[in-house]
Amino acid sequence: MTTPPVTAPPEAPATPVTAMRVVGQRVSHHDFVEKVKGSLLYAADWQLPGMLYGRLVRSLVPSARIVSIDTSQARALRGVAAVLTGADIPRNTLVERASGGLGEMPVAMPILAGERVRYVGEPIAVVAATTQQIADEAAELVAVEYEELPGLYDMEAALEPGAPLVHDEGNLLVSWHIARGDCDAAMAGADVVVEGKYRTQHVEHAYLEPEAGVGWMDNDVVTVRASTQVIEHAAEIAEILDLPANKVRVIAAYMGGGFGGKEDMTVEPFIALLVWKTRRPVRMIWDRQESMLASTKRHPFIMRYRTGASREGKIIAQDIDILGDAGAYPYLSARILFAGAALACGPYQVPNVSVRARPVFTNNVPTSAFRGFGAMQVTLGYESQMDQVADALGMDRAELRRRNFLAKGDVIPTGETLDTAVAVDETLRRALGALGDRSEPSAAGRLIGRGFACNMQPYGRTIWFRDRAAVWLTLQADGSLLIRSGVTDLGAGQAASLCQIASEILGVPLGDISVYIGDTALNPPAGGTFATRQLYMSGNAVLNAAHDLRASIDPVAADLLGCPVGDLRYEDGLVRAGGSADAGGSADAGGSAHAGGSAEARGLSLAELARACDAQAVETSCLSTWRAESGIFDPAKGQGASFPDYTYGTHAAEVEVDPETGEVAVLRYVASHDVGRSINPMRVEGQIQGGAMQGLGYALTEEIVFEDGLTASSLFSSYFIPTSMDMPDIEVEIVESGEGKGPLNARGIGEPPVGPAAPAIANAIADAIGCRPTRLPMTAERVLALLDQKQGFSGPAPQ
Amino acid sequence: MTKAQVTLKVNGVLRDVWVSPSDLLLDVLHDGLGLGEVRYGCGEGVCGTCTILLDGEPVSACLTLAVQAEGHDVTTLSALLGEDDSLHPLQQAFLRLGGSQCGFCTPGVILTAHSLIRRERAPSREQIRYELVGNLCRCTGYTKILDSIEAYIAGLGAEHADPAGTAGPGTGDHRLGEPGTDGPGTDGPGTDGPGTDGPGTDGPGTDGPGTDAAGPGADADGEAP
Repeated sequence: MTTPPVTAPPEAPATPVTAMRVVGQRVSHHDFVEKVKGSLLYAADWQLPGMLYGRLVRSLVPSARIVSIDTSQARALRGVAAVLTGADIPRNTLVERASGGLGEMPVAMPILAGERVRYVGEPIAVVAATTQQIADEAAELVAVEYEELPGLYDMEAALEPGAPLVHDEGNLLVSWHIARGDCDAAMAGADVVVEGKYRTQHVEHAYLEPEAGVGWMDNDVVTVRASTQVIEHAAEIAEILDLPANKVRVIAAYMGGGFGGKEDMTVEPFIALLVWKTRRPVRMIWDRQESMLASTKRHPFIMRYRTGASREGKIIAQDIDILGDAGAYPYLSARILFAGAALACGPYQVPNVSVRARPVFTNNVPTSAFRGFGAMQVTLGYESQMDQVADALGMDRAELRRRNFLAKGDVIPTGETLDTAVAVDETLRRALGALGDRSEPSAAGRLIGRGFACNMQPYGRTIWFRDRAAVWLTLQADGSLLIRSGVTDLGAGQAASLCQIASEILGVPLGDISVYIGDTALNPPAGGTFATRQLYMSGNAVLNAAHDLRASIDPVAADLLGCPVGDLRYEDGLVRAGGSADAGGSADAGGSAHAGGSAEARGLSLAELARACDAQAVETSCLSTWRAESGIFDPAKGQGASFPDYTYGTHAAEVEVDPETGEVAVLRYVASHDVGRSINPMRVEGQIQGGAMQGLGYALTEEIVFEDGLTASSLFSSYFIPTSMDMPDIEVEIVESGEGKGPLNARGIGEPPVGPAAPAIANAIADAIGCRPTRLPMTAERVLALLDQKQGFSGPAPQ
Repeated sequence: MTKAQVTLKVNGVLRDVWVSPSDLLLDVLHDGLGLGEVRYGCGEGVCGTCTILLDGEPVSACLTLAVQAEGHDVTTLSALLGEDDSLHPLQQAFLRLGGSQCGFCTPGVILTAHSLIRRERAPSREQIRYELVGNLCRCTGYTKILDSIEAYIAGLGAEHADPAGTAGPGTGDHRLGEPGTDGPGTDGPGTDGPGTDGPGTDGPGTDGPGTDAAGPGADADGEAP
């Protein structure tokens, strides 16, 4: 095949996004300042007087009955304050209903395993001691006697008759179906049918900050400050300890990365338990090797695709079966496989669809949320299929996609109608355009290949959860602003974005805004940071709260300035009367209001306004809840409400393959996404670059290999996340369609950039060598094996 | 457990600490002296989040025993700040260009870059990539880290071209010395970082970074390239 030509529309559509003062500016403020100084205090950075150190005792075997747990030697060690087992926990069980009870089996998960262990690394006991060394030693002294049971390690074997049962209830957590049209009939009538089987791997989040936290008793409240994406787990901790919900407080430190791996509880229940039992402060940090061994991973998927198309290049049917390895416990697998099913067809019109998606239990380490959440694994399936359909039809690969792209108003497989712009075509145009001219091979025999992949990724929770987020804004007497929000910040600027939005509406300079986040006791709930939902949810909450606050204080300002409310302008710490703001005004990245003072400015400082409001008993504080749209999904029909909206994109890559070694070098990489409106282009670029890099690691190097349930290596040195040497710079093309359901028409960008990398690279490798990788990661060994399989391979692949 | 008092010179200040022979420099700096910027990330010398400078050379504090640091200059990111807590121009470049996201790797990255620039004055983007191979970042994809370091180097060039020397480096750099002034290891074209063999030969998929990091017994060679 030839290089996909760039048959661009005659000109780019004019951007419908109007310039703003603060939103849209590349500003760096509070969090970045602390980070470049090194002064930001992460979860492991707090110490309290008399603090104890925690360590978990974890299962050494993947499947066994626990015959006995002997803690006597550990307890006898000097310096040990507590050795606890499941028997010490008031309610030693959690039942995860990730999909809200839409058909998944209710399977209980113990906090500390009692009678049965189901994976290597499962917590069995927990120790607290006066030093970390003593705690580690005591953990070694806890003697667990196992009676090993048959284990199940292969997800395809999980549903075979006679397979060992991971849980008595069965190995199938849930079976999702999404059905639209008549898939069988359409497939029978298709001019071409392409079949493919694709396999993805266990992947480690590999945030640089391991799981950590410090807990203490405060006013009879069990308080845990941890690295977590979800402070709302406080309610589960209260359940476990059989305490009233208001006796557990969770504080989220700014995280050293999360990527979904800190969406489920990690250290929190163990810290809470130790604090509650010992009444002393406790710190727990998981070793990197412990985290590699036992923390949740990305689901491996096995995906079978049958795609039917007409000779005119219209996709008419998709028949898809997805199996996901849930590991030993449910965690969020039910919802992740739902997302995989709902997004399995990608950003294309497909009138006849049949998707089945099933998470199954094995005795591997549990899998759960990881950036992309099921909707990223399927990109390898649908984008590999699109290239093959194009090849089968002899059609240009970009042209095939253009003929099938979804558009606003189209119906997707769940039966929902898209109600915002679909600018995926523009992202394709920009990505291919930026890729430039094809490179020459660096040495004789090397093969150059190009590939691209488009994707759609939801932002916001599944609709049936009736999502909401609250925020509390306070304009203080000195004109500064407090934002209180339960949002947690993974490092993507979740808190900083809220400041920019508030600054835009209220005119408070960024330097005069303080944002307090992630505390169940002091902040209104924002619902956790996951599902690319916080800009959408808390961003809208702040926007609405800022407008509500304006509605309260505007009449006072208008009265003082002697102008109609509609003429008020809030900017640079001042309220001014008269007309619209000058377009393209400067961003106020910090500092205080400049005292203009001249009569013609007629400026009123926000401090003066706040004091005037106070004198007139007008509210300068606003607590506001924003609610997302709601709806229901019918699992029997496979139709109904799924996600609020999607972010679309295209990544394009050029690779060079060395056929002698199978090594793949990525030479160029462009990533383009429509973000609706860019709140902070610098942070948007950062999300896209970082997401693409994670996608490239997933594509080429990263895999946690399990051998009979045991990770082949838990050393960080043998898990290959990309280093600065491994990949090229990620070039970013931001598209702003001006439509999105986030604040000021923004779309979420946290998860979307991770999806397209693997299929873009797979398509590029296929373009280079003339045969197709279908299994991740696409290591040199696997690429070499592909080349070996290819009969009569010698020299460059056919063009 | 026997503890002994040792004196460490940390960021130019002598600090007396009680340590066991097995105490890691990482734990003494982080927990004992409250230097939160020296962070545990892996304990294997692979990730670089605990990078400090020992006599000006980047090493992993997780592979260095506290007692080994006696008699050496230990430098952490705090040393880059001015006495009024002002940012070093290298930090300003990271701030301005988004070289930090979650921020966990940032102190190690900045210290490694700082050490490289003192040695090389104006390293190329490829040289910077090579030097940073022992500082993993999971958020940025490295592009903005490299942009930030290059912008700082470009600023240095402008500074040297302009004898008036208005803004630029040096403000607050009193404890670390100027890039380009006399520092340790001004020689050599930067083929090799401190440590063992070079990382550059292998593409993705073969060898990871720093599989052969020196153990705690080695002196300043703990930093895996």
